[in-house]
Amino acid sequence: MTSSILTPARARRRRIGAQWRAPLGIVGAVVALAWILVACTAPLWVPYDPVAQGLPRLQPPGPEAILGTDSVGRDVFSRLMAGAGVTIPLALLLVGCSVVLGTLVGAIAGYAGRWVDETLMRITDLVMAFPTVILAMVIAASLGPSLFNAVIAAIVVSWPQYARVSRSIVLSLRGQNYVIASRLLGYSPARSLWTDILPNVAGPILVLASLDIGTAILLLSGLSFLGLGAQPPTAEWGSMISGAMENFDAWWIGVFPGLAILTVVMAFNFIGDTLRDAFDPLARAQSIAANTGETA
Amino acid sequence: MSESPVLESRDVTVSYGGRRPVHAVRGVSIRVERGETVALVGESGCGKSSLARAVVGMERIGSGTVLFDGEPVPPLGLRTRKNTGIQMVFQDPNTSLNPRRRVGDQIEDGIAAATARGLAGSSAGDWLERVGLPAASVSRYPHEFSGGQKQRIAIARAIAARPRLLVADEPISALDASTQSSVAALMKDLTRELGAGMLFISHDLAVVRRFADRTLVMLAGEIVESGETARLWAEPQHPYTRALLAAIPEPDGSGRIPASPSAEERRSWL
Repeated sequence: MTSSILTPARARRRRIGAQWRAPLGIVGAVVALAWILVACTAPLWVPYDPVAQGLPRLQPPGPEAILGTDSVGRDVFSRLMAGAGVTIPLALLLVGCSVVLGTLVGAIAGYAGRWVDETLMRITDLVMAFPTVILAMVIAASLGPSLFNAVIAAIVVSWPQYARVSRSIVLSLRGQNYVIASRLLGYSPARSLWTDILPNVAGPILVLASLDIGTAILLLSGLSFLGLGAQPPTAEWGSMISGAMENFDAWWIGVFPGLAILTVVMAFNFIGDTLRDAFDPLARAQSIAANTGETA
Repeated sequence: MSESPVLESRDVTVSYGGRRPVHAVRGVSIRVERGETVALVGESGCGKSSLARAVVGMERIGSGTVLFDGEPVPPLGLRTRKNTGIQMVFQDPNTSLNPRRRVGDQIEDGIAAATARGLAGSSAGDWLERVGLPAASVSRYPHEFSGGQKQRIAIARAIAARPRLLVADEPISALDASTQSSVAALMKDLTRELGAGMLFISHDLAVVRRFADRTLVMLAGEIVESGETARLWAEPQHPYTRALLAAIPEPDGSGRIPASPSAEERRSWL
């Protein structure tokens, strides 16, 4: 009897289904999954220890080291593969922490209102007022250069966007009758926030987060490139590129980590775009209109 | 204590801020006794919803007091699990239920509110049957029901909490004519069974006449007339009440359209 009804959940599933057939979404998912697989398993099968210096220095790609060696005789291929296991998990961790922090701050601000809202949102504005990368650099530099501190700095600059989105959704829902009904039935504010409001926040926040993973990888690699993140001899893509600056002739040292960053960031961005289109038909219509030069 | 009415408001005012505040409720005193159904009627914008919201603690009261069982009503922000004796049924059935939760779970919330106050438990399925829906509907989601059915579910949830006062803010105005009176009668039956009082807000005098014990007529933030429903119907004193009664269309087929009162008439009533 209910099978013929197109429920919101079913309609969304159908839309996502159609979207996953879109080539870019599939390419993104395949590439991202491949990199995640590499990140998980690299230590088991890379040909050399990524931090060992036993090979001849500055060897171009060849049979012994398929992507060459760097200026202290480390295998670029092994470092590249091991680097996936450094950057990708940390980027996911950092996005996860930003999502939790930002969503909570925004939800509390939107639900409590008045001075709580004012205070939390002015702090959010304060962070957002600074250019992201520069603020992250300042924080990372003042905490001292380490990968952990780079992640902290990146969380500090990236939570406000989630707070904004979560606050606006909570604001639009907190006056709903069913939220008031829960309060009348004795729900605490925290419980009504959790059961009545946060499930509606999850969708848009996840879309935003998937679009943010690429940015997070760029930010972490960027900080490492500047020497504020991963420290030698850690195999991290940003610091590998930084190491390539000494020897421009040995192009293989910098180009392959650069390509790795490029493919991972693009893969996650494709996934994010696809998810966004699936959740938000309006944005999809606009992007189609923009791509085809028509007016929406 | 047992003598005190379940709801009593004294000189309640509600204002909405701004440079020129709007005084939605201007010093209203009402009483609702146990087991009594009191209808509050008036045109839109007369302040009846503001009064209802003030009574349940959703709206900050400018001055005056609202006593529930002789005790001041705590604001909604300070509600606890012990404090669920007032329940509400809303106008729009589509927003009264959480669209992401099964209706059985939402009725369970009402039952939990009753048991937290030491009252007897019950089952969500029984409540659904009580409001005329199959007990098996507990595992369904709100969007699988019609507006009238959703309103019945919202009523089941409110009544499952075994409130001593049910505030209904235009609970039938979003329903179609065929379900209006059955939903109103259901609310009346259930509250009488519980021995609870009901404050029933409506702009529809024809429905109110059938089951309200007393009727209050509200105009521009004040109660202009109150009394036994039958008396009020038979011999309305205030000209506004007379105008409201005259506005009820008669099924005589002549297509009489009730005239809207003129601005001068309105001024003379205030």
